[in-house]
Amino acid sequence: MTIGLGHYLTVAAVLFTMGILGIFLNRKNVIVILMCVELMLLAVNINLVAFSVFQGNVVGQIFAMLVLTVAAAEAAIGLAILVVYFRNRGTIAVEDINAMKG
Amino acid sequence: MILQALAFYVFAAITVAAAAMVVVSRNPVYSVLFLILAFFNAAGLFLLIGAEFIAMILVIVYVGAVAVLFLFVVMMLDINLTELREGFLEYFPVGALIGAVLFAELLLGVGIIGAGSTTVAGLNAHGAQVMAIDNTRAIGRVLYTQYFYLFQVAGLVLLVAMIGAIVLTLRSRPGVRRQKAVEQINRTKEQSVTVVKVPTRGGV
Repeated sequence: MTIGLGHYLTVAAVLFTMGILGIFLNRKNVIVILMCVELMLLAVNINLVAFSVFQGNVVGQIFAMLVLTVAAAEAAIGLAILVVYFRNRGTIAVEDINAMKG
Repeated sequence: MILQALAFYVFAAITVAAAAMVVVSRNPVYSVLFLILAFFNAAGLFLLIGAEFIAMILVIVYVGAVAVLFLFVVMMLDINLTELREGFLEYFPVGALIGAVLFAELLLGVGIIGAGSTTVAGLNAHGAQVMAIDNTRAIGRVLYTQYFYLFQVAGLVLLVAMIGAIVLTLRSRPGVRRQKAVEQINRTKEQSVTVVKVPTRGGV
């Protein structure tokens, strides 16, 4: 039994779906929502690397590195916004973030 | 070959289980720890497939930086956990429905690719011939030549993220004395020194 491209794509699909489900379940907790976004980006990375290896083309891994960079930047900015929000409001419930509604 | 399959299934199962625990865990600290476990096992998957460099980068960047950042923020903020858990199952039907549809579509896509209907051979020939050498060298050869601007842009993204995080979280608190270099430099002799004639035996 040999491990093929389909196995990796299935794992990535399961991870991505779990990230989506996590965003729906943890509607109030921004930290867990950010973690679910990281999970989805990990699924994307698994897809990119699997395609890269099974097609014998290294370019997919370079794009995986770019996705990794963007994920790190996104986590840093998101958590910074979260810290500022918590400092101002004393809570991190997402449903209360409607101050810019006008 | 059977050992490789076994290792794949172990890594994949632990990754998926850890991802599930990230979602349903009651305490955000446990969520972060399970996220770290998921990243480690995903790195194992990458190692298994032969992408060693990405695997190591995943461990360094995600486990070493991002997950620690998450852990730091989770522990720094004093969060009311019970309040955040309210309505956890309220959105479960919608989320499960959307998740099921998405998962079915993704599996459909996997099935189509597995059937071999798409061949991307010859799409771009830059990276194709370098897979014969080891992984890190192959990435270096392509990354610093063909995709050099992409590499630069990645650095720029990180720079902007760093500046943004600093600007966002920097604050000037009232009541805290800070050094004001401009005022110190602009002080003149007339402002700070006065010459007083002190009469003899009079005192100041």
